[in-house]
Amino acid sequence: MKTILALDTSTEACSAAVLTPTQFVSEFEVCPREHNQKLLPMAEAVLQQAGISLQEVDYIVYGQGPGSFTGVRIATGIVQGLALGSDKPTLGMSSLLAMAYAVFKKTGQTRVIAAIDARMGEIYLAAIEFNEAGMFRYLIDECVCAPEQALDALDKTHSYAAVGTGWHTYETVLTSQINADINADIYLPDAASMAELAKLTATPEQLLSAAEVSPVYIRDKVTWQKLPGK
Amino acid sequence: MRILGIETSCDETGIAVYDEQQGLLSHQLYSQAKMHADYGGVVPELASRDHIRKIVPLIERCLADADTDKTQIDGIAYTSGPGLIGALLVGSTVARGLAFAWQKPVIGIHHMEGHLLAPMLEDTQAEFPFVALLVSGGHSLLVEVTAIGEYQLLGESIDDAVGEAFDKTAKIMGLDYPGGPRLAKLAEQGRPGRYKFPRPMTDRPGLDFSFSGLKTFAANTLRDSDQSAQTLADIAYAFQEAAVDTLVIKCKRALKQTGHKRLVIAGGVSANTFLRSQLDKLLTSLGGQVYYPRLEFCTDNGAMIAYAGLQRLKAGQADTNLKVRPRWPLTELEAL
Repeated sequence: MKTILALDTSTEACSAAVLTPTQFVSEFEVCPREHNQKLLPMAEAVLQQAGISLQEVDYIVYGQGPGSFTGVRIATGIVQGLALGSDKPTLGMSSLLAMAYAVFKKTGQTRVIAAIDARMGEIYLAAIEFNEAGMFRYLIDECVCAPEQALDALDKTHSYAAVGTGWHTYETVLTSQINADINADIYLPDAASMAELAKLTATPEQLLSAAEVSPVYIRDKVTWQKLPGK
Repeated sequence: MRILGIETSCDETGIAVYDEQQGLLSHQLYSQAKMHADYGGVVPELASRDHIRKIVPLIERCLADADTDKTQIDGIAYTSGPGLIGALLVGSTVARGLAFAWQKPVIGIHHMEGHLLAPMLEDTQAEFPFVALLVSGGHSLLVEVTAIGEYQLLGESIDDAVGEAFDKTAKIMGLDYPGGPRLAKLAEQGRPGRYKFPRPMTDRPGLDFSFSGLKTFAANTLRDSDQSAQTLADIAYAFQEAAVDTLVIKCKRALKQTGHKRLVIAGGVSANTFLRSQLDKLLTSLGGQVYYPRLEFCTDNGAMIAYAGLQRLKAGQADTNLKVRPRWPLTELEAL
């Protein structure tokens, strides 16, 4: 069994977790605009609580997004530094997948639709189905889209759990498309779920070097304009 | 003491290793200018995305080039402001992560202090006290420097920075971004005397600058002209002559006011050869000396951050908190 450090700042939440063969410690705080000041002390705190040093970690999991561009880059940047400095491999974890897994683990509901408010009238969306072992497959691949007709691809005869800020901002338009049970407790992704899911599903081939640590923005077309003719 | 320097305040990723005894061991730079050229200016989100893609490979290359093992690094310095917040965050998070892993001290450096100390990377270094003219796309400052961290602001631009005025005027004239150096190149073909531009704020006392009027003057002159290639070059000449002349007049005043005989110039515009030649003339006539960084250290770079970091870390300063300061007055710095 592996020892994992996980860090996430992809949304308003800032979180860190350490998972060892004998311990599982985590911290979670909703603190918008303070992630850059809070994340590293939080990482230090969970390592200390687990009584281990960074050198004893087998690999570092980071919340790769989607979410706030700047937020995603804070965890990504810190993990680049940590991984480069400690020669540890890393693993990027989706914020949508982490939330879906948290719901599956808490409720046992196997089909989860995760949506994060992406602003500009859109959501970051993924639908994921878990088996009993926690292995998963995507029913809707991660995307950014308008909430209208976003769930057309799903089999409406099944029941679904729903999670994330997207479901709260666009509750009417999303719930009118499908019969989904919006989870009342889980609202934001967290590093603890990322560490647990990594432990269950990560393979050595998925591990990346510090230079390969990169955010997943999903939204690549933003509102900047090229000069005419460029 | 050996320091790793990281600069990501705008559109250049700069990494360097500076050794107290051996000097600069390596510096690596990746410029995003080409990417931003298509947009006519720096797009902050694209700048941040590019920094986080390039920074780790650049650090790895720099350490290898400096023949430096991570155990030989005694501290890390990064630019913590002023600049684009998203871009600053990339350098600061990576620096802090590295420092945590290496268990080494880390310090956030003021970008303009980096520029101000860039001439110290050369063999001939200015002794304190001196007057510094910091001129770039984001700043136009005259500062009295009595020691590292002891900076008295003498004057600054009340509107556009001088480099910004160069870039904006170049854009009006149809030159690609970043247009400042292109405008200066075009001015070499210009003829003196055809156009006479004003010297803003030189007809009154004080050391502040204003450059936005020069840009408007250039736009009006261009509009009322035949817009031939020679005319464009003549306008470029007149614009540069006026901007440089204004800087020279204020430098002369600042030297007189402070009584110092040494002038340090730094920042992107300090690469301008016309400015350099005019300031050389001024200081020769005053019996003083001008100090410049080499051309590659006029623009943003990691070497100046590593150097400034060495001075501050050596004096026992270090950060305990990860902060970036998009706006940060130079005069708020702690003295050594």
